[in-house]
Amino acid sequence: MKLIYYPGCTLKNHARNFDVSTVSSMAKLDVEVEELDRWNCCGTVHALGATNVMNRIAPVTNLVRVKEKQASEVMTTCAMCYNTLKRANLDVQKRAAALDSINKFMYLDDVDYHGDVAVHHLLEYLRDRIGFDKLAAKVKKPLAGLKVACYYGCLLVRPKEVAFDDVENPTVMEDLVKALGGTPVPFAQKTECCGAYHTVNNAEIVADRTNKIMSGAAEQQADLAMVSCPLCAFNLDFKQPDARRLNPELQPMPVLYFTQLMALAFGCDEESLRFDLHHVDPKPALAARGLI
Amino acid sequence: MAITTARISSAQLKSAFVARVQKNADQKLLACYQCGKCSAGCPMAPHMDILPNQIIRLAQLGMHERLLASSAIWTCVSCMTCNVRCPKNVHIAEVIESVRDLAMRSGRRHEHLDIAEVPAETRAALPPIAMISAMRKLTS
Repeated sequence: MKLIYYPGCTLKNHARNFDVSTVSSMAKLDVEVEELDRWNCCGTVHALGATNVMNRIAPVTNLVRVKEKQASEVMTTCAMCYNTLKRANLDVQKRAAALDSINKFMYLDDVDYHGDVAVHHLLEYLRDRIGFDKLAAKVKKPLAGLKVACYYGCLLVRPKEVAFDDVENPTVMEDLVKALGGTPVPFAQKTECCGAYHTVNNAEIVADRTNKIMSGAAEQQADLAMVSCPLCAFNLDFKQPDARRLNPELQPMPVLYFTQLMALAFGCDEESLRFDLHHVDPKPALAARGLI
Repeated sequence: MAITTARISSAQLKSAFVARVQKNADQKLLACYQCGKCSAGCPMAPHMDILPNQIIRLAQLGMHERLLASSAIWTCVSCMTCNVRCPKNVHIAEVIESVRDLAMRSGRRHEHLDIAEVPAETRAALPPIAMISAMRKLTS
C-alpha cells in the first residue's frame, strides 16, 4: 500500500526542495508515497484554547481526506504540519462534543471522522518502520566527514504528547546522520525556538535567536545545520544577514532539510536537491567534503 | 518604603476575567508556586517586559489590567519549553494564549498584527507558513 503523504503549503513554494527531496529519497527506499488528494492548510499552529473547535476544522479535514483514501495513516515532513495535525487529532479524540460539531459542520463529506488516522512524522517513520540499518544499506555516497548540527526546533518534541523522541535531548536526527555516514556534532541549541512567526513583524527577535542558534552550531565546527521545518529553515538561513548585524563574527552556514541529505547520500539527481532555493549556498560546504 | 501585602485566595479566581482565563486554558492557576523554571528556560524572556512566571502571578492575583497591557503576552510564541519543564504541570503557554484571546475579544487590541503595515518587500519574501501562523496567533 502506498504511504499517504501530506506536504503542506510551504513545501509547494518556498520549500520545494523539502518536497522533491522527500519524494526522491523515499523512492530510493522503495516506499511509494502518494500525495494526499485535496489537502488543505493544516492551520500551521495549534490553537491552545481548550474550548476551541473552529481551528480544528482545517487539520481534521485533512484527516478525513486520508480516510477517503481508505488509509489509516498519514506521513508529513514539515514539523509544523506534523505538530498541528497530531495535536488536533489528539484533541478531538479526547473531546467527543467538539468532534461531533466538526462532523456536523462537514456534513457534505461522506466520511465522518472518529480520531482514527495515525499521524507520523517522516523521521519517526524512518526510524520505526524502515529502520536506520536498512536505510544505511541504501547509501551510495556516504556523507563522510560532513559535520552536521541537528536542529529539532520546538515542534518535533513539544508538547510531550506529540514528541516521538526525548523532549530535552532527542537523537533521531543524529541517528539518521550517522546512518548516512555523516558526523553529528553536539548541539546545545538543538531544541531552542528560532522565533517562528515573529519573522513577520519582530525581525529583531528572530535575529537574536538565529544568532544564538547558528553561533552554537559554528562553535561545534559544523559544516551545516539540518532541519525539518520550513519556518526554522527560513529564519536560520534567510535571516543570517540580520543575525550578522548583531554578531559580525557569524559566518554564513548553510541550512538543509534532512531529506536533502538523504537524497544526496542516496545518489538522487540534482533536481531532487534544489540548492537554488537556499539563501546560503550549500554547495561550497558540500564540495569541501567531496560530496558534490 | 511602603510594604504592600497581596494575598491570593480563591476569591481572585472567581473574578470573571480569571475564571475565563482558567476555563479557556483548562488550567488551575493556583497550582503554580512560582519556582521560576518557566522563565529560566524561556527563549523569548529577553524580549519580554514581564516574565512567564510573573504572567501567572498577575493572573493568580486577578490583575487583568496589568496583564492585558503587557507586551509579553504577544511575545510568547508557544514553543512549549515552559510547559514541558513545569514541575507542577501548569500549561503556561495555554494561560498566555488565553489572555491573548481575551485581549483580542475585548476590543481594546482587536488585531495585534496588521499585515498591511508589514512592508511589501518583507511580505513578498515571507513563506506562507510564517504569514499564516502569525495571523492565526495575533489576529482574531
